[in-house]
Amino acid sequence: MRSRLPSREPSRCSGGRDGGGASQGRESVPASRHQRRPTLHPGAWWLWSLGLATAASRTTNPLVLALLVAASAYVVATCRSRTPWSRSYSAFFKLAFAVLLIRLVFAVALGSPVPGTHVIVTLPEVPLPHWAQGIRLGGRVTAESVVFALYDGLQLATLLICVGAANALASPARLLKSLPGALYEIGVAVVVALTFAPNLIADVQRLRAARRLRGRPDRGVRGLLQVGLPVLEGALERSVALAAAMDARGYGRSADVPARVRRTTTALTLGGLLGVCAGTYGLLTAEGGTYGLPVLLAGVGAALAGLRLGGRRTLRTRYRPDPWGPRAWLVAASGGAVAALLTLASATDSAALHPGVVPLTAPVLPLWPAAAVLLALLPALAAPKEPS
Amino acid sequence: MIRFEDVSVTYEGAAEPTVRGVDFEVPEGELVLLVGPSGVGKSTVLGAVSGLVPHFTGGTLRGRVTVAGRDTRTHKPRELADVVGTVGQDPLAHFVTDTVEDELAYGMESLGLAPDVMRRRVEETLDLLGLADLRDRPIATLSGGQRQRVAIGSVLTPHPRVLVLDEPTSALDPAAAEEVLAVLQRLVHDLGTTVLMAEHRLERVIQYADRVILLPAPGAAPLLGTPAEVMAVSPVYPPVVDLGRLAGWSPLPLTVRDARRRAGELRERLDGRKAPRPAPASAAAPEADVPAPRVPMSRAPVSRISAPRRFRRGRTPDTVPPGVAEVRSLAVRRAGVTALRQVDLGFAPGETVALMGRNGAGKSTLLNTLVGLVEPSAGSVLVGGAVPHRTAPHDLVRHVGLVPQEPADLLYADTVGAECAAADRDARAEPGTCRALVSGLLPGIGDDTHPRDLSEGQRLALALAVVLTARPPLLLLDEPTRGLDYAAKARLVTVLRGLAAEGHAIVLATHDVELAAELAHRVVLLAEGEVIADGPTADIVVSSPSFAPQITKILAPQQWLTTAQVREALA
Repeated sequence: MRSRLPSREPSRCSGGRDGGGASQGRESVPASRHQRRPTLHPGAWWLWSLGLATAASRTTNPLVLALLVAASAYVVATCRSRTPWSRSYSAFFKLAFAVLLIRLVFAVALGSPVPGTHVIVTLPEVPLPHWAQGIRLGGRVTAESVVFALYDGLQLATLLICVGAANALASPARLLKSLPGALYEIGVAVVVALTFAPNLIADVQRLRAARRLRGRPDRGVRGLLQVGLPVLEGALERSVALAAAMDARGYGRSADVPARVRRTTTALTLGGLLGVCAGTYGLLTAEGGTYGLPVLLAGVGAALAGLRLGGRRTLRTRYRPDPWGPRAWLVAASGGAVAALLTLASATDSAALHPGVVPLTAPVLPLWPAAAVLLALLPALAAPKEPS
Repeated sequence: MIRFEDVSVTYEGAAEPTVRGVDFEVPEGELVLLVGPSGVGKSTVLGAVSGLVPHFTGGTLRGRVTVAGRDTRTHKPRELADVVGTVGQDPLAHFVTDTVEDELAYGMESLGLAPDVMRRRVEETLDLLGLADLRDRPIATLSGGQRQRVAIGSVLTPHPRVLVLDEPTSALDPAAAEEVLAVLQRLVHDLGTTVLMAEHRLERVIQYADRVILLPAPGAAPLLGTPAEVMAVSPVYPPVVDLGRLAGWSPLPLTVRDARRRAGELRERLDGRKAPRPAPASAAAPEADVPAPRVPMSRAPVSRISAPRRFRRGRTPDTVPPGVAEVRSLAVRRAGVTALRQVDLGFAPGETVALMGRNGAGKSTLLNTLVGLVEPSAGSVLVGGAVPHRTAPHDLVRHVGLVPQEPADLLYADTVGAECAAADRDARAEPGTCRALVSGLLPGIGDDTHPRDLSEGQRLALALAVVLTARPPLLLLDEPTRGLDYAAKARLVTVLRGLAAEGHAIVLATHDVELAAELAHRVVLLAEGEVIADGPTADIVVSSPSFAPQITKILAPQQWLTTAQVREALA
């Protein structure tokens, strides 16, 4: 490859309107231009938030759960970048809230197996036919059942918020760069499909606005239904245009590999996946306890070898891949530590992490688990910040 | 570098080839412009260079296309990616990643370049295109001109030897267009890149072209020559060529500078004649008494403190035509961004107003506020006595109509006939009203034509007919000339002049200075959401270097706006 851009002539580079200012800026602060973008390996963020999620699954204590949410929210607020992805955090928050509400509504409307004595209200009970025995609609609503549903829903909401934090901190597009080469193209397809959702929403808004211009009502379900077809047409046209552009930019170029290697790749990948399935089945059933683990491990090994061999077909290189440095270790380790400590705590001091509902007791904040949760704040100090 | 050998392309289901007998060669390092009316197959020719035609679009390609010695018959688009860079009409459809830097690297990653090479080229390209300050920005937050530069940069990093561009400046304001063209010229001059581009706005690009390929009509063989030769016979030509043909200059001047040097004699002939100032139809008064709906800029720059009342000289209040729309100290904030502030405007019947300004200056927001799509955060908007965003849609269409940037957004039905029937129902008009309008605007279009099969210009006319069915006194058009060739533009000008003469007030948001010069009685300049100038077209555009039409620049200091005016004065 020859270099045809005039890198030897920096004066050439100051012709454009913006270029002039940029090159002046470069001369005065030479270091700032070649500074790395302050990013952390996206895998570290995912490990961190999965650690938090694991910790959340070990407890129903609302105070510990609230502490987990607060810690993750603080880290997101300090470390997130300005990409569109980072705005998804509030969406996850709303989703978590909705889940909590739904859980409560179900507990109130459908009753709960939790025996309780503090009746808050008695709803009219709907008589159900005999085949629906065991299901109840309405009836007594006890404080115990509501509190139990609240704890349960809060746990689920915390899990969702932890996943949302990973989403906001590490964009899927960046995670894609860490995928093995053989999976890259599937990954691009998934990410492109994800970015279509915001575009679809914009299209719906534009076309509903256009209905108003025709003198038709622009609100209501009917208006939404009538723009459905044009919106889908638009989305299809856009994806075809994008596919053409990607093709013209070299998407899917592949290297020539001998047929033997191709066949070996297929055999390894398929065999590996079969092994994984069989191994998992073996582990989960009682009879397969002996052969389960070895088959699973062999399957994973074969599948990984298949992926590695498959990577030979792709020419792709990575532009500035995120390195896995000490900061990434710290972030991942803080998540792991929270998960490990809370698992340990739930094994040794189950009562503090699972406050009782029958009889009703006020939950107390257990000191050591709470201190462990605070470890999750480490990334706020360790992770590099976006320049504001 | 690019070689077409007797190429013809027939798409599936088409009876006739879209292009036929295309046979030319583009040498290395030339900037070649592909011109012709709409629908002659310019995009097809461009697509054939990158191999997207026929590998991606389907159809049959006869003959042979070779790029840098590679036959597109045996090479798929992805295998040409290292020699051809293609940027389509809509840069947004082109982006795969979400930040500028990643987008620049994407093509190189696909080609498998070494990481240190990629790093160096990204830095070089950021400098070359003046994008260094934007490197970490999400693409969604960029302006139109910046997006177009990123799109060009993203195909430039793999160092293609050929760059193919489809209408790179159509959606851009004059300053952003110059920015993009300056970059292209630098690529050709410094790096020896071969550029093939199609563009409707010849006045912007013709002076950069080394050679021009003209596709005169659908299916006709192309004509290749120097810009001056081709412009002498071309059915599409910029105003400077029009003036050159009128004055009988040979060889034809292609730039304002060339034309100015020849224009001494013409200026003398025109000296003393007065440029006919376009006046609103409702003002049947003598020319000296042109109603100035606002203080002209030359007298008093419109400032925020200027009274929102309409200022008229030499007119008694009882002859003042009632305004069709009033905007008073309007402010619009959306998502924390101030889109408009302290806007005071009034529109009179029969008046044509051009809204101009940079991409993102607030033109579309103002139009959307007038049709009630956007709610004002402060101030008031009255259209025909109604508050747009509080009026039910079926009542509002009788007061104001908007043809949006994408006219197709207004069209739902499968046939022109069904569209017209629906428009009559929507507007509660006599059945047949819309069809009559369509017949007037688009002679020869059958009832059972699918709107999708119409050309850009025809779709615009259909959308215009649909909007006009309700007879709104105020008609708004957002970027009506995007993608229109000169002939379609001329038809649009005739139609709009007729409507203004019937008493419709027309407001156009446009980047097209030639259109504004031709049509508008009054120009309103917006910058960062504020009205910075408002006055008769001649006063406003003459004083602005980027908004002055070519004829004004050529014949300055005399104040002529269009070739038509000059032709009339000489006759």
